Amino acid sequence: MSLLATQDLTVRFGGHVAVNAVTCAFEAGTLTAIVGPNGAGKTTYFNLISGQLKASAGQVMLDGHDLSRLSPSKRTRAGLGRAFQLTNLFPRLTVLENIRLAVQATRPGRHRHGLNLWSIWSDHRELTARADEILVAVALGEKENELVANLPHGDQRKLEVALLMALEPRVFMFDEPTAGMNAVEAPVILNLIRKLKEDRTKTILLVEHKMDVVRELADRIIVLHNGALVADGEPADVIASPIVQEAYLGISPRDGTAQDGSAPSSGLAPRAARSEAP
Amino acid sequence: MTADLLTLRGVHTHIGAYHILHGVDLSVPRGQLTMLLGRNGAGKTTTLRTIMGLWHASKGSISFDGRDITATPTPRIAGLNIAYVPENMGIFADLTVKENMLLAARQAKHAGQIDDERLKWIFSLFPAVEKFWNHPAGKLSGGQKQMLAVSRAIIEPRELLIIDEPSKGLAPVIINNMIDAFAQLKASGVTILLVEQNINFAKRLGDTVAVMDNGVVVHAGSMQALAEDEETQHSLLGLAI
Repeated sequence: MSLLATQDLTVRFGGHVAVNAVTCAFEAGTLTAIVGPNGAGKTTYFNLISGQLKASAGQVMLDGHDLSRLSPSKRTRAGLGRAFQLTNLFPRLTVLENIRLAVQATRPGRHRHGLNLWSIWSDHRELTARADEILVAVALGEKENELVANLPHGDQRKLEVALLMALEPRVFMFDEPTAGMNAVEAPVILNLIRKLKEDRTKTILLVEHKMDVVRELADRIIVLHNGALVADGEPADVIASPIVQEAYLGISPRDGTAQDGSAPSSGLAPRAARSEAP
Repeated sequence: MTADLLTLRGVHTHIGAYHILHGVDLSVPRGQLTMLLGRNGAGKTTTLRTIMGLWHASKGSISFDGRDITATPTPRIAGLNIAYVPENMGIFADLTVKENMLLAARQAKHAGQIDDERLKWIFSLFPAVEKFWNHPAGKLSGGQKQMLAVSRAIIEPRELLIIDEPSKGLAPVIINNMIDAFAQLKASGVTILLVEQNINFAKRLGDTVAVMDNGVVVHAGSMQALAEDEETQHSLLGLAI
């Protein structure tokens, strides 16, 4: 049985259907890449799964339980972990304080000590040790005392992944985790995702535009286009499909038609139609 | 007329208690595309913000087209025919895409006065801008906001275009469109300064390159020479491009 599934998941903004009846199941221990043109509905699909957006119709199921009516925080407690496309951190706290809060959130009730100072100190030490361990894993150990507001963008992205790891979810949702990182820094995050994948108990969903990353990490690719699920399969097959080649990668099919004989349904202007700079 | 359109000499910038730039020397040759590379935290974004007057240089000088702009307020720097796309894109979320574009088109009082030919060119590069023309910009996806931010910067001809990570969050097809667009702008005489993490993007477009580390420019030269010199790439960037 799949760990996570969406059934006819739909959201409408006025007359615009941003995610259109997406039915898809994700097995435990797999990494699925979600690709598609900008505005295809990838982040909105994540928002619907994590509960940041209320669905107009459809269901989100985790391990057989319907999460559709749960708040985002209850979905997080149920095991959905979400990193955001834009950073979502506490800027006025230090790196270590951010992570320690996340670690603390996974230990409900442990902070009720009354006046038992030994217990408070001992728990604090344990939380700090776990937070330190995570910060070393994301190569932020040396910056643990810096204010998050002062971190460069790439380090904030690393911290976001660290926060997610601290929550120890069953499903990891990464939305462009390496955006804004250079070719030296991005591998730190990719290695973390690789390790999570090797664990084979976690379900990982990855929105990513870098196709070399997708090719290497994904067990499966699904393609969203204009809010709908238009392709789903093995990475090599999906990458070779006309809709991905034309609408996403910008490579025109030789005969101008898709494999099924229909005209390509891309809403994007063909490259040949472009005019020169006026 | 000087060969360099923009020049920074020994620029220092402090942000609060932090000393971020430690004497940046940077030359942006007229009519060329200059890539500013370096690790996260090297000072690239701070350099762009200091050029635009959003942070004040505590020491050193910045000149544009032979004129000292070190202490010039940001609106007047923008008025010198410079377009700037910041890292956070600076989209007005409550305004429509059209209104965002109209704000950037200084010569137009209403949408009908925007250069039609140029607008069509932008629509062909970034179809989302046309598709969501009358929608609130805050409703756009992350990548679409980036397209809008770049579209605003190129809606009218500018002498200097400064963009902080133009390719961030964009699908490959749109990155290709953007590479073509910058090549066309450059051919029309625009000088461009880009901060970019996408190395392929940098290699395909860059004429000149400056590499920053710890708040200073540690290497400056031709992009092609750096692309062919693996040893220098490793020592400067920690990778081969």
